[in-house]
Amino acid sequence: MPPDAGLRVRFWGTRGSIPVSMTSAEIRRKLIATLVRAAGRALDTPEKAASFLEREVDFAVSHTFGGNSSCVQIVTGSTDYVLCDLGSGARVFGNDVLAARGSGDHTFHVFMSHVHWDHIMGFPFFLPIYTPTNHIRIYGCHAELEDAFRRQHAAPFFPVDFAGLSARIEFVRLEPGREYEVAGLSVKAKLQHHSGDSYGYRFQRAGRVVVYSTDAEHKQDDLAEVQGFVEFFRDADLVIFDSQYSLAEATSIKEDWGHSSNIVGLELCQRAHAKRLCLYHHEPLSDDHKIAALLAETRRLEEITRGDRRVEILAAYDGMEIAL
Amino acid sequence: MDLTPKRYADTVVLATAGRIDHSTSEGFKTALAPHLARCTAGQDRILIDLAGVEYISSVGLRVLMLASKQAKAQGGTIGVAALQPDVKEIFDITRFTMVLNVFPSVREGLAQLSPPALAAFDAT
Ligand SMILES: [Zn+2]
Ligand SMILES: [Zn+2]
Repeated sequence: MPPDAGLRVRFWGTRGSIPVSMTSAEIRRKLIATLVRAAGRALDTPEKAASFLEREVDFAVSHTFGGNSSCVQIVTGSTDYVLCDLGSGARVFGNDVLAARGSGDHTFHVFMSHVHWDHIMGFPFFLPIYTPTNHIRIYGCHAELEDAFRRQHAAPFFPVDFAGLSARIEFVRLEPGREYEVAGLSVKAKLQHHSGDSYGYRFQRAGRVVVYSTDAEHKQDDLAEVQGFVEFFRDADLVIFDSQYSLAEATSIKEDWGHSSNIVGLELCQRAHAKRLCLYHHEPLSDDHKIAALLAETRRLEEITRGDRRVEILAAYDGMEIAL
Repeated sequence: MDLTPKRYADTVVLATAGRIDHSTSEGFKTALAPHLARCTAGQDRILIDLAGVEYISSVGLRVLMLASKQAKAQGGTIGVAALQPDVKEIFDITRFTMVLNVFPSVREGLAQLSPPALAAFDAT
């Protein structure tokens, strides 16, 4: 893809707080629901079965929203890779790169929202760090960025010390509000409310804008702060947004827990004239049906509160890809 | 944002109208404050009549949440009633129906909050 073509976004990890995995009981429930639905149908080829799944089985039954923690790739068309966060999804991403393009001679640019464990835990299993010809640049606004990665690799937490990693690994400290050019993208960070602070990133190229804003609580009564986020999300083609809690939770028992809701995401996107809102950092307690219901409700809310512009609502799942 | 108060025995029904969003919620909060101050154990109960409200945003819902918390802390009771269908859906989707007292109508709200208030309402 030439670098002037549109951006694509690929989700490798979409779960909040801790990775989750589906149980046998859940898989069994999905299979039973599908088989009952398929009764009497002549699904005698893989193609017929695939098209039946696609057209006639609910997404929450035929798919899963996935279980890896935060990791999102911005596909720019250049040979350098651009990522947000290194949660457990980074392990799958690293394996994919190895399989498709071999183990060495790659450059990765990674933008870190913050260094909570669910956002760095994929790094020790991100295989490109063990190949000397790879170059990994980790960008972030936290003073303790490098230290957090080093500590995760130190005894007794992990058998291989950071000093033993063979790739060239650099840490690049960014200043929020300043515009940087990385891998052909212009990128700007913004401070967000979260325990220990987190930062959102706004990526832009040739009029296409992707905002990655996770692990952020929005204080709705602070009008200046809200306006700041409206500007940060302004005219974005895609806003990837932490919607871990319901609004009622986020404004009551889980106030100050550092996460937001589908509702606040929608309101910010509506005011910012963003085109798409992607629900992200899913609550680990939520199963596929619950996330599918959250998506349906958010779409309904968008419908009843729509002004003159529509916001398309998506719910991220591991493996999802969006072309902008 | 205006609140029109109407007293039925120990309960004050506050009617409001329009959109409760980022531009009006501060006014809504200010208008609610004096009524809220009297919403204590043994004093007034509050029922907010939302029949005229066509939209409420997260910041408006937050005002209701804080009002409900304050009332509870003072030993008082607060509820909302007569939501338009779209507003009722907003309450459902945000899960606010699970954390606030939501009543289908003012009459049903009064019936739950205070029998003397219901009697006064039915007498008018
Ligand atoms: Zn997180
Ligand atoms: Zn976090």
